[in-house]
Amino acid sequence: MDKIIVLGERDNVATCLADFDAGSVVHAAGLDVALSDAIQFGHKFALTDIAAGAEICKYGEVIGVASVDIAIGQHVHVHNIESVRARGDKANGDQERGDKS
Amino acid sequence: MTETFLGFPRPDGRVGVRNQVAILSAMDNTNPSAERIAGIVAGTIVISTPFGRTQIGDDFEMTMKTLTGIGAHPNIAAVLVLGLSLDSAKPLADRIRPSGKPVEVLGLQEAGSTLALTTEGARIAADLVVQASEQSRQACPFSDLTIAVECGGSDTTSGLASNPTVGRFADRFIDSGGTIILSEPAEFMGAEHLLAARAENPEDADKIYAMVQWFEDEAKRNGVDMRGINPTPDNIAGGLSTLEEKSLGAIAKGGTRPITQVIGYAEPPTKSGLVIMDTPSAACESMTGLVGGGAQIIIFSTGRGNAIGAPVAPTIKITGNPHTAKSMPENIDVDVSAIISDGENLNVASERLWIEVMKIAAGKITRAEVLKEDQLSVSRFGPSV
Repeated sequence: MDKIIVLGERDNVATCLADFDAGSVVHAAGLDVALSDAIQFGHKFALTDIAAGAEICKYGEVIGVASVDIAIGQHVHVHNIESVRARGDKANGDQERGDKS
Repeated sequence: MTETFLGFPRPDGRVGVRNQVAILSAMDNTNPSAERIAGIVAGTIVISTPFGRTQIGDDFEMTMKTLTGIGAHPNIAAVLVLGLSLDSAKPLADRIRPSGKPVEVLGLQEAGSTLALTTEGARIAADLVVQASEQSRQACPFSDLTIAVECGGSDTTSGLASNPTVGRFADRFIDSGGTIILSEPAEFMGAEHLLAARAENPEDADKIYAMVQWFEDEAKRNGVDMRGINPTPDNIAGGLSTLEEKSLGAIAKGGTRPITQVIGYAEPPTKSGLVIMDTPSAACESMTGLVGGGAQIIIFSTGRGNAIGAPVAPTIKITGNPHTAKSMPENIDVDVSAIISDGENLNVASERLWIEVMKIAAGKITRAEVLKEDQLSVSRFGPSV
């Protein structure tokens, strides 16, 4: 497998199959992308600028939404995207409960 | 071409890939005696539960149904059931008897003491093992074989390498007449629409949505943010960011064939093809349900490394993670990390898995079997009273 893979046509993230240092310039989905963060084996980076609230796509399917604005080349993980499913912390109209803990 | 595997035909028409005698403790208080008997008699395995006393209603029935399914499992040649008294052990033994295999029962209070129970139990178990050893393997069609697919300790490589390899195996096995069980519907979340679209009948599509909805509602009802629980910390360290991402990788191990049936925990499938079983995502609990439902083999895909196997059903560990393949080779049966590190084709990897599964069906011992990495854990849904 290539060291960087993109699994679906509408994907806005790529997956690294090797460790990459911050500052590396990598080729993915026809683009040259400068990685602004170090990306570990198995982790993802943004293929485009992604606005807060926008969907994150991998496998051509939605895997979550951006919780903050994400720039191309940034590490995409639990610090800047979140699941939209099974969020009991957001149930019953209490939108903030989970974020206060 | 008729493809076959070598198995032990049982009186109820099912076929085992192993030929062991189970020492089945029906309740917590006879577990030590079951362990002693198994320590004395070669060829036996212990099936036990930390519960079994004063359980009620659906919760008790779930335990009984699961232990019955495991006792009647075709990989088990004969069963010795233990209980505090004959009265408390007999109901379970009676439910296993329709399988047609030898079933013996002992009560601690009737035996007199735990050492007397151990002596009497070891004598009976030894006879059962000697009898079982006369049975031999015969060529049987794949329609007699049910293989469950499971994953644990998932990471990015699970969705890219090991699960797609298992998925290709599943498609080929189903096309050859076999049955594959895919479980853990909480880990369909975010991918359930893809599975529901493959259900052969609309009721099963509705059931798939309902099973996933149940887990989602439970998380909400408990005020829980699923992010703290699933994906787990090791999943996250491995690069999985959300449950949806994990699910999309997890369902790859079910291949691409139509879903023929949706069944409950520890229920045996009645159709061949791809079957969905409703189990929790905890691997031991899920595998216990799969064994209770009669799966003879489990293929367990792991990324970061999860070594646990099921009791009774040989559990084949497959990883696509080069680090895991290197760090825990004694726990891994099939290493497909070359997909990631060396560009191995998924079809080639799947062929290697096929060959290994056939060897294990015919008697080759898995890593989890030889290291006794097994844990039985029956789902519970209510308190004991």
